[in-house]
Amino acid sequence: MPGKLKVKIVAGRHLPVMDRASDLTDAFVEVKFGNTTFKTDVYLKSLNPQWNSEWFKFEVDDEDLQDEPLQITVLDHDTYSANDAIGKVYIDIDPLLYSEAATVISGWFPIYDTIHGIRGEINVIVKVDLFNDLNRFRQSSCGVKFFCTTSIPKCYRAVIIHGFVEELVVNEDPEYQWIDRIRTPRASNEARQRLISLMSGELQRKIGLKVLEMRGNAVVGYLQCFDLEGESGLVVRAIGTACTLDKLSSPAAFLPACNSPSKEMKEIPFNEDPNPNTHSSGPSTPLKNQTYSFSPSKSYSRQSSSSDTDLSLTPKTGMGSGSAGKEGGPFKALLRQQTQSALEQREFPFFTLTAFPPGFLVHVGGVVSARSVKLLDRIHNPDEPETRDAWWAEIRQEIKSHAKALGCHAVVGYSESTSICEEVCILSASGTAAVLNPRFLQDGTVEGCLEQRLEENLPVGCGFCHIPYDELNMPFPAHLTYCYNCRKQKVPDVLFTTIDLPTDAAVVGKGCLIQARLCRLKKKAQAEANATAISNLLPFMEYEVHTQLMNKLKLKGMNALFGLRIQITVGENMLMGLASATGVYLAALPTPGGIQIAGKTPNDGSYEQHISHMQKKINDTIAKNKELYEINPPEISEEVIGSPIPEPRQRSRLLRSQSESSDEVIELDLSHGKKDAFVLEIDDTDAMEDVHSLLTDVPPPSGFYSCNTEIMPGINNWTSEIQMFTSVRVIRLSSLNLTNQALNKNFNDLCENLLKSLYFKLRSMIPCCLCHVNFTVSLPEDELIQVTVTAVAITFDKNQALQTIKTHVEKSLQRASTDNEELLQFPLELCSDSLPPHPFPPAKEHLESASSNSGIPAAQRATSVDYSSFADRCSSWIELIKLKAQTIRRGSIKTTVTVEKASPVAEGNFRNRSAPPCANSTVGVVKMTPLSFIPGAKITKYLGIINMFFIRETTSLREEGGVSGFLHAFIAEVFAMVRAHVAALGGNAVVSYIMKQCVFMENPNKNQAQCLINVSGDAVVFVRESDLEVISTQQPTANCQPLCTGGEVTT
Amino acid sequence: MTNELDIFVGNTTLIDEDVYRLWLDGYSVSDAVARRVRSGILEQTGATAAVLQSDTMDHYRTFHMLERLLHAPPKLLHQLIFQIPPSRQALLIERYYAFDEAFVREVLGKKLSKGTKKDLDDISTKTGITLKSCRRQFDNFKRVFKVVEEMRGSLVDNIQQHFLLSDRLSRDYAAIVFFANNRFETGKKKLQYLSFGDFAFCAELMIQNWTLGAVDSQVDDMDVDLDKEFLQDLKELKVLVADKDLLDLHKSLVCTALRGKLSVFSEMEANFKPPASGAEDRTPRIPAPQNLSRGLVNVAAKLIHNKDVRDLFVDLIEKFVEPCRSDHWPLNDVRLFLNQYSASVHSLDGFRHQTLWDRYMGTLRGCLLRLYHD
Repeated sequence: MPGKLKVKIVAGRHLPVMDRASDLTDAFVEVKFGNTTFKTDVYLKSLNPQWNSEWFKFEVDDEDLQDEPLQITVLDHDTYSANDAIGKVYIDIDPLLYSEAATVISGWFPIYDTIHGIRGEINVIVKVDLFNDLNRFRQSSCGVKFFCTTSIPKCYRAVIIHGFVEELVVNEDPEYQWIDRIRTPRASNEARQRLISLMSGELQRKIGLKVLEMRGNAVVGYLQCFDLEGESGLVVRAIGTACTLDKLSSPAAFLPACNSPSKEMKEIPFNEDPNPNTHSSGPSTPLKNQTYSFSPSKSYSRQSSSSDTDLSLTPKTGMGSGSAGKEGGPFKALLRQQTQSALEQREFPFFTLTAFPPGFLVHVGGVVSARSVKLLDRIHNPDEPETRDAWWAEIRQEIKSHAKALGCHAVVGYSESTSICEEVCILSASGTAAVLNPRFLQDGTVEGCLEQRLEENLPVGCGFCHIPYDELNMPFPAHLTYCYNCRKQKVPDVLFTTIDLPTDAAVVGKGCLIQARLCRLKKKAQAEANATAISNLLPFMEYEVHTQLMNKLKLKGMNALFGLRIQITVGENMLMGLASATGVYLAALPTPGGIQIAGKTPNDGSYEQHISHMQKKINDTIAKNKELYEINPPEISEEVIGSPIPEPRQRSRLLRSQSESSDEVIELDLSHGKKDAFVLEIDDTDAMEDVHSLLTDVPPPSGFYSCNTEIMPGINNWTSEIQMFTSVRVIRLSSLNLTNQALNKNFNDLCENLLKSLYFKLRSMIPCCLCHVNFTVSLPEDELIQVTVTAVAITFDKNQALQTIKTHVEKSLQRASTDNEELLQFPLELCSDSLPPHPFPPAKEHLESASSNSGIPAAQRATSVDYSSFADRCSSWIELIKLKAQTIRRGSIKTTVTVEKASPVAEGNFRNRSAPPCANSTVGVVKMTPLSFIPGAKITKYLGIINMFFIRETTSLREEGGVSGFLHAFIAEVFAMVRAHVAALGGNAVVSYIMKQCVFMENPNKNQAQCLINVSGDAVVFVRESDLEVISTQQPTANCQPLCTGGEVTT
Repeated sequence: MTNELDIFVGNTTLIDEDVYRLWLDGYSVSDAVARRVRSGILEQTGATAAVLQSDTMDHYRTFHMLERLLHAPPKLLHQLIFQIPPSRQALLIERYYAFDEAFVREVLGKKLSKGTKKDLDDISTKTGITLKSCRRQFDNFKRVFKVVEEMRGSLVDNIQQHFLLSDRLSRDYAAIVFFANNRFETGKKKLQYLSFGDFAFCAELMIQNWTLGAVDSQVDDMDVDLDKEFLQDLKELKVLVADKDLLDLHKSLVCTALRGKLSVFSEMEANFKPPASGAEDRTPRIPAPQNLSRGLVNVAAKLIHNKDVRDLFVDLIEKFVEPCRSDHWPLNDVRLFLNQYSASVHSLDGFRHQTLWDRYMGTLRGCLLRLYHD
């Protein structure tokens, strides 16, 4: 009996009218957990019932605590007929099960109905008392923390990174059960929602067990997905990276001058300074720290145009592995051995992380991916997970062997996905082959001399690109040159990866989003014939996607891709490929050659002319792009090397000294690199079209940048304004004359137009960058293409203040001078902050309070006046109303007097504030972002994972504004429910937010539509950096605010 | 290729003020797009018409979803579906409840019923405001009216509390509600020169002095209805014109005082302006108070009838404003006259209804001064 769950139903508000006669509702609530149900009293005739129930107590196993969601159902009591359901709230109590996260869930939850959407809100308080359980054979895994974030969470330190964990559970899909024919859509939707909730609970518990087995305490980069296989079942699968995390004791300790340098240094690259360019080893740099910042810099990764996507099922084993590059010398081999031994114990040395602790990533080999086509109706035992487990194992094996071929022992930035159409399913996995530093992979005893020697030899900034495979025995043809940075080791000419740009990578200029888009028609076919057709198409698609990416990359004048994600979607009569990545210019890699066009038939004069015209256009575009993205790599190398140029920067001197030894070789290699031009042969219309499509990609309007990675290289002075959004578009193709070209053009236009729309909509945020742009393509029906985009727009300071440090100093100076004022203001700020999530209590409450305490407004007035000063007009009116209500009076003259009296005070206050009052607009606001951080803020606490699944259905599509109206409302509701859950946990933001699924189906003829959405993220508490110093002492107060709020509302 | 579905949902709801205005003004999506194109936005941003169309649709959809909440603004503050910063919420509410001067002049004082709603077509044609916008404005009036009609407490405060409007707009709505409730005639040709502001000013004075709430704010106080008792009592003022002696005395008091003051005034005025009409005009004006007084007192005496309440403004214009205007009284002379006219009643020994007179004339004086312009 290891746990007691306690639930209290406080109140409801804005309930729908359930009784037409009285325009009121007689609401009561059922609270269900497992098989136990409690009920509140019926609160008669009210749309804002105050149940104020007793504490309902459930005594349950912790296994159930992990699996089951708390289910709260709001009903309308009906004496004569059956009670009508108003809606439900599912609360995942997992965050309450580990000590560092939330301690209570309390707040207003939207009441959700799968047919009507949100119908009012309910205020609930949930607590869990856990008893210690010493049973070693337990089935639960309470206490293992889960993070969606694909890097080590901000306020933690990775002690050990254990590695890959995966799990998969299968169940019959309620929608396909026989009973579905006789039950209502609502019942069926709810059964599905509940089932998925249960299954994800179970999945999480099982993965937790695996983590405990590995002696870890957390899962980072947790990615859970659903496969709606239809008849054959419903699969929930998850992958993640098991870690042992240590909570950093002082979250505010990023300021310099501290006693524990190693801890400090580790934190810096994560919390403070996402920008690699400004990262320096800091003022207090004992040798140890330097090593931290050095080691990761040395892994040159590599990619070749063909091998990473190589589909051939014959693994290229034996190549590259074992033999260390000559430059690496003995310790490279030593390192290799060590890593190998650390990784060999693991079945799959995979890591779902995309960003790493400094020193973790040594070399990057390139992208590895594998796909396989399966037939779902051939599963012998559909209710058991074995078959799917075997499928995935097969794919992972392939990935592993690809990585080996690249001379790597591990795969980072690993992810898996599926695409299902009828009975055909494409399973895909991809990642980046890499060589890792063994230090984090086992108990940290290895950190001995090896480490240090390694680091001494690894130069700054160029690092991870050096090839991990043997130069003489390359797995694929590629141009190798000496690294442009350290000039000691070999690097490839282009590098593709699925990870984020390492924080210390030396980058020239800015990056940009690069997409390859592709459609291929396929004949409609059944079963095996279909699967064969798809399998045959896949390699061609991969190849073309690659060529496109490569061409576009060159056109941008860049030489590396990060965050590459290639999605292949299968439909009835076509296959779609969409690859997104962020292109950058890595200083360590050679300058990309241009694109040369060669005609096939050089005898035709006009054709020649045409070719040369195009060539000119391409060259112009490259030049323009270089300017746009500020790619002006220092042509220095050749001259600089010999003659020391008096440059003030210490770093560059260091660099030079290292490179001096090897200048001869470099010069030789540089010239070699420059010769390398990319030749595009135009030998048919297809190729022509390719060139055209290259040129049609429009760059974003000025002031806009975009990338699909966490951060944009070259931009570092983010301001705090962020806007996360989801945009969905569906186009219908005209079924006539569908050709590959027409299809490609349609798809290309769809994506381009979507981006244009985004730029237009967000124009008020300029200058800004769209980060983590995530495109998802699906083919819901024959002629429909659906594209879903989720991203976040972040504004940045135009005056690229390179002197971030300077401003920081200035700020602190300012702060010191205004210290007194700050001190005075803080309590006031708190007051305003502690206003409930809805900054304006209902007018009614004011009236009530007014009548009871008309005598005491003096104190209250002080706060309200202050509040009105930083909030806007609206709030000040409300304050005014408040004031007025307190001293009931009439007439206009007196009122104006009040206003006048109030304003000077307010103004005075305003003037005193050194910072603009924008911080106060965050009252009750929950931010959402797909990134793992919030610009200008510091995450102080992780409250647990948010993983929610919703179904919405309508039978009155037209009345709800058509498909657009329906989906718009639904997505807005999903956001609202996520925010409400986060707020109830006491958080103020969701990071690493992702919409994993958005399955939309319509039947306009029947006036029906259905949509399934699955989202996840990490609920966190963040504190603005500007407030940090002031608040740090009073943090506990700040944290419990949401709770107080809950309390206030109830009274 | 057609866009079957096209949506954009932000965690913070995007509000485009220009599109909001177009939506409020009742333009269809295509009209709004056309107007936006004309505004030169395409050139500024390099967007295409298709982008603009999609953007406009998105905003319209958002506004449509918000409209339900705007009908009860406190709901907008408490709802969880749209995350909107407070300043934006205030803007949404304020703009939604804002109205056009031309429209309000058409509807002011009319019963806010289905019948009037049917006339909105005509109003739309006449004013050039789209029918959709007319409907919104009319429904706003009606909604506010319905909510505060039976409520106790200050009218302005009630409106502010339930609709979270700015002080300015709440006062305007108080006037609209007051006029609608008392059905004051404002549409006659004679009244066309008056602005909504003129009426709103009068409404405020009347609410402050002539309603039930004016006497006792603690009582079930309805700012919307005139104090019936007060109207009943106004009959007593009739003695001022019915009693010949009283009338004469009043008249002579006014004339004496006025002559002295006006002479000072006219001399002073002469320094600024050529003494065009001063001396000549005064002679015909002396008997005027008699007629004016009769007019004003008669208006008071009749107010017991609903019909005459409705015609209050017509009467005031006919009985006072027009005669004065035809004699080219400068505003200042009107002020001096009215001040003297109301004040000198206090010196009439035989007159017992001083308070009543002050309650009546105090308001009326303010109104008349406001109404007296071209």
